[in-house]
Amino acid sequence: MNPVIIETTPEEYKDLIDSIKNDGFEMMVDLTVVDWFRKKEPRFEVVVQFLSTSQNLRKTIKVFVKDEDLTLPSITEIYPSANFYEREAYDMFGIIFENHPDLTRILMPDDWEGHPLRKNYGSGRIPVQFKNAPKVD
Amino acid sequence: MYTPDNIFTTTIDKAVRWSRTQSMWPVTFGLACCAIEMMAAGSAKYDLARYGMEVFRASPRQADLMIVAGRVSQKMAPVLRQVYDQMADPKWVIAMGACSSTGGMFNNYALVQGVDHIVPVDIYVPGCPPGPQSLMHGILTLHEKIMDGEINR
Amino acid sequence: MKNNNIKKSKLSNFKNKLDFWATNSEEGGWNVSSTDEGSQKMLENENEKQIKIQTGTEVVDDFVIEEETSDDERMIVNMGPQHPSTHGVLRLQAELEGEVVRRVKPIIGYLHTGMEKTGEELNYFQGPTNTTRMDYLSPLFNELVFSLTTEKLIGIEVPKRAETIRILMTELNRVSSHLVALATGGMDIGALSMMIFGFRERELILDFFEKTTGLRMNHNFIRPGGVAADLPDGWQKDVEEILKIIPEKLQDYDDMLLDNPIWKGRLQNVGILTTEECFAYGITGPSLRASGYTWDLRKSQPYSGIENYDFDIPVLKEGDVFARWRVKVLEIFESLKIIEQAMNNMPKGPYKVQDKKITPPPRKRLDESMEALIHHFKIYTEGFKVPEGDAYVAVESPRGELGCYIVSDGSSKPYRMHVRGPSFCNLQALPVIMTDSPIADAVAAIASLDPVIGDVDR
Repeated sequence: MNPVIIETTPEEYKDLIDSIKNDGFEMMVDLTVVDWFRKKEPRFEVVVQFLSTSQNLRKTIKVFVKDEDLTLPSITEIYPSANFYEREAYDMFGIIFENHPDLTRILMPDDWEGHPLRKNYGSGRIPVQFKNAPKVD
Repeated sequence: MYTPDNIFTTTIDKAVRWSRTQSMWPVTFGLACCAIEMMAAGSAKYDLARYGMEVFRASPRQADLMIVAGRVSQKMAPVLRQVYDQMADPKWVIAMGACSSTGGMFNNYALVQGVDHIVPVDIYVPGCPPGPQSLMHGILTLHEKIMDGEINR
Repeated sequence: MKNNNIKKSKLSNFKNKLDFWATNSEEGGWNVSSTDEGSQKMLENENEKQIKIQTGTEVVDDFVIEEETSDDERMIVNMGPQHPSTHGVLRLQAELEGEVVRRVKPIIGYLHTGMEKTGEELNYFQGPTNTTRMDYLSPLFNELVFSLTTEKLIGIEVPKRAETIRILMTELNRVSSHLVALATGGMDIGALSMMIFGFRERELILDFFEKTTGLRMNHNFIRPGGVAADLPDGWQKDVEEILKIIPEKLQDYDDMLLDNPIWKGRLQNVGILTTEECFAYGITGPSLRASGYTWDLRKSQPYSGIENYDFDIPVLKEGDVFARWRVKVLEIFESLKIIEQAMNNMPKGPYKVQDKKITPPPRKRLDESMEALIHHFKIYTEGFKVPEGDAYVAVESPRGELGCYIVSDGSSKPYRMHVRGPSFCNLQALPVIMTDSPIADAVAAIASLDPVIGDVDR
């Protein structure tokens, strides 16, 4: 099933979500972010999936957020399910959702530095050491 | 010298070691996939009760073995250490599965690359996840280790 | 260059941490208060919005206010992350008033594995090894959703036999997953026999999985382009045995629990979740169906040809813990129906796409054909390339809608791989079903949602 894809800007984002709610999309099922580091401008693309069980339809909203201004209005008032997803997006990408009731880290420890899923954040891979392995220069 | 038929002679060392192995109560420390296999090991088909360790204790104070079953994240590491510190001596640790032994396939920012960075480990059980048989083999190996090892820990 | 520096500094950071933790000695330097979660924990006084979420009155205000209690009767209790009935490492903070739970805040992340980051480092062929470890009770669904998304991006269709094997295996997985849910749910409430029974019957299915895929869990069996191997010889006999034994045992469970006054008393009218709340919190799966709403992706948005099977969707009206338990039992029966039909109508033919660029050639061809060797080498070293684009595909996992969102930049590795875990979303309903009930019912409420923490934290 192919969802309808709508692209929008942060300014029109909240109004669009309002109208989607009025169109009968009862559920917000997913919110995630794609980081287009040095590949595209604006850098962050927030992807929100909606589901209408009554009409059996899906809708995808893509909103682009600039690296300089990482704010986006929170949609928790319209869809309470956005709560955890927005916290995850904040934790992993550093997108700041305005008017979110509790915008704290959700998956990483509270004192963690950086946002791990950004493309300029290393994966933290530690080289594996083998006993008596020959040295490779 | 007369000795009745029903008396064994042994050293106190051996008796202590033997009694330590025969009712080793693990603390429930299920983290991820391996926890399910640990539960399966305790259930009807594999029946961990044969080794006197079917009683998974929820309280670390009552346990003397910690089976770290699953991947240990950076957020979980302090908790794990705290639970270990709360266990009464003597205590042993089994690192169950690839993730808790070495970090496994997840060599990244989120995981502690091997639980031996935070607690001393006695037995590593390989597998992803190790089957109940592997876990049992690990436990029996630990029993052997206790029987042969030093009594002071 | 900049990127490299960040990596290095991160590594040195990491090393410092390791030095701090590297303790073969048992003392020194360990700070006990580091299990404290700072701003993630629940406070004595919160703002109004937070109170609304934590008391579960965001959607429907059914909060019962009893007469004023003094402050020393209220306390914040911490439950988990190491607690036997939180199904893994879920941590809850609850404010109690006497014995009644007033506010709840779930704190998650204790099993965060960074799988989405790892997913960007593995190519599409290796992808299922990673996703299968997310929801460890229903690993085959994770593989299925990843494979379906990849296939959608490439635009291929898998052969009929592969589709049928996928349906057969995933529905067996649904049975085994629900059996664990019944077992652990029973244990949490005090029906300890359920724990033994559920795991006993699950072993039957796991034995079949081990025979087919080589592993009891984390199979990496369903891959982009089909499945990894054909079904073993004599598989019908094993499936027939499963189909024969499981309904008998389910009947046993019903004899034990269905009219049991203690079971009913503990579960009925506990943790009620209405359809409206399910919509608001994005809850799907058995919890939604137990609230009286007919919604199953297998019927409405079918995948892998599941629309050709004859089965029903069990729906109950009550929305309490009992209904959620009952829906799971009834779903096992429906899954068994699908398994029987899949077994009887198993088509002949290849079990993976016959496209040499996507699936590796069979092992014995390597000795004969140079080309097969080249394709084999290419697939295992480099993987296959996927055209640019993005796709979101969802399947009905035992816990609800399991979605996968992949962005491809045209290379052989996903640019971004995100999995929408149903448990992550379902956990948001914990305050709704736990508040205003005694602390003893809280455990039943958690068990009824059947959260798998691997799926929550990924």
